Amino acid sequence: MKEAGALRPRNDPMALLDLDNLNKRYGALTVTDDLSLSVEAGEIVGILGPNGAGKTTLFNLVAGTVKPNSGTVTFDGRDVTRDGAAQRCRAGISRSFQVPQPFNGMTVFENVLVGATFGRAAPDAGEFAMQALEKSGLARKANMLAGSLPLLDRKRLELARALATEPRLLLLDEIAGGLTDSECHELLDVLRAVHASGVTMVWIEHVVHALLSVAQRLVVVNFGRKIADGLPDEVMASREVRSVYLGDDAHG
Amino acid sequence: MSTLHVTRSTPLSRIALPLAALLVLLLAAAPWWASTATLRLIGEIMIYLSLASLWNLLAGYTGLVSVGQHAFVGLGGYILFTVALYLGWNPLLAIPLAGITAALIAVPVARLVFRLNGAYFAIGTWVVAEVFRLSFAQISSLGGGSGSSLPIGIMKAMAESKAMRESLIYWAALALGTGSVVFVYLLLRSRIGLALTAIRDNETASSSLGITIPRIKLAVYVGVAAVTGMVGALIFLQKLRIAPDAAFSASDWTVLVIFMVVIGGIGTIEGPIIGTLLFFVLREFLADLGTLYLMILGALAILIMMASPKGLWGLVTSRTGLSLFPVGYRVETRGDQG
Repeated sequence: MKEAGALRPRNDPMALLDLDNLNKRYGALTVTDDLSLSVEAGEIVGILGPNGAGKTTLFNLVAGTVKPNSGTVTFDGRDVTRDGAAQRCRAGISRSFQVPQPFNGMTVFENVLVGATFGRAAPDAGEFAMQALEKSGLARKANMLAGSLPLLDRKRLELARALATEPRLLLLDEIAGGLTDSECHELLDVLRAVHASGVTMVWIEHVVHALLSVAQRLVVVNFGRKIADGLPDEVMASREVRSVYLGDDAHG
Repeated sequence: MSTLHVTRSTPLSRIALPLAALLVLLLAAAPWWASTATLRLIGEIMIYLSLASLWNLLAGYTGLVSVGQHAFVGLGGYILFTVALYLGWNPLLAIPLAGITAALIAVPVARLVFRLNGAYFAIGTWVVAEVFRLSFAQISSLGGGSGSSLPIGIMKAMAESKAMRESLIYWAALALGTGSVVFVYLLLRSRIGLALTAIRDNETASSSLGITIPRIKLAVYVGVAAVTGMVGALIFLQKLRIAPDAAFSASDWTVLVIFMVVIGGIGTIEGPIIGTLLFFVLREFLADLGTLYLMILGALAILIMMASPKGLWGLVTSRTGLSLFPVGYRVETRGDQG
């Protein structure tokens, strides 16, 4: 399959994250098909693709929740392919889940404290957790049980927990879905501030206008393959992307 | 603007902890105020309090529903007899040694049973305990299937007078009973406790936030096995006699313990304490009824499980929100405190 937009080198050892020919199969179903991708430190990379394209699997492979059948994941120059999720989190890869996974029986503060305690090495976990709550706008709900939060706050909690691990690479999985315009603007402000503090981001999002307002680069995935990778304008203008992702008829 | 800070106590816990300390002091003085029979009863309560707290940590907090903890009780008992019969040591020294041995044995056992999940894990732990029982029945130097007794000479190494020996055993039981509750409480307030609560709620999110789940579970399993082994040594120091069927008795050291934890409230620190006390109250009043007594216990367990899956303490907390041993964190505004 052809790649639209500016092609990048397949392997970039200087990149913060480098995926090299990743494959993931479940039985006969190939969900990640020879996928290679590099993310430089300081970038915001947006990931687009239709439902079932393998975007969340890609995050699972990067975060270590699932292991690839073949290929390597290199983070900060180190091969982490065999490392588990916990090890990768401590190395600096943090993620939010598309379907929020709160610790329902714990308070909002305790949820975030888990990340601040186990996801990073420094000792001031309590203070750091509080800062992550304030950044994500959850400080006033610190003592509420996570199980009693409405959806928007659960998404905020996903972000707060991920930030509490002091990540260098933040993987955001559809964090803007279901937000109103003003909530979305608040979220974008938070993400810009996080990015300004030196965090690299990869963001899967169906809310395209939100993604385009911060992403410096777009990657489009379909059937587990990367079909486009380049500057947002170029990628969005490409015929193949329009046909696959936006449903336009490429031959029309 | 007021500053935020984190508190870990509640008004009730600030009263409960000194009261608990006072109660332990009072119990420590029991050899001076209690009869031998009362001393033995409190000692037995302490042993079950320890087993119940430990099993609750394993099943209620770590999700390791073992029905084979009698493996470590029996192992501890046999360590005591080995040390006393062959090394001639003071039997009290056998208690820490039983703990160390149980911990060392627990590591390979964990490697085996941790491959199993859920019900299979439970059955696996039971099978391990059976294997232990059958193995010790083969060791003829420890009495084989018919068991052996502690010679009085060994007991005299502990203390000359019978009263002093009774007191020493009682204090050891008190130390293990209260020590187990304190151990569970401090563990749950530590980093490990935070990790355990997170794992209980969501394993995927836990590992994504940096928690190495297998390591935490192994640590708890081995720690619980160690203290269970120490309790085992103490039980058979009190009984003076050991045989495989008594040492590895599932009904005495596992089933009754599960009963106590379930009626008291699994997954709470208070639950095993209440369950243990309630069990002994029932036994004092109903034991004369024989078989009927066991039927009443069973019916009671089923009733409580149906009416309140979190046990009697769960009923109390859901109505009042009380917590005698708070392990959580509350964020407070410092200005509120005045």
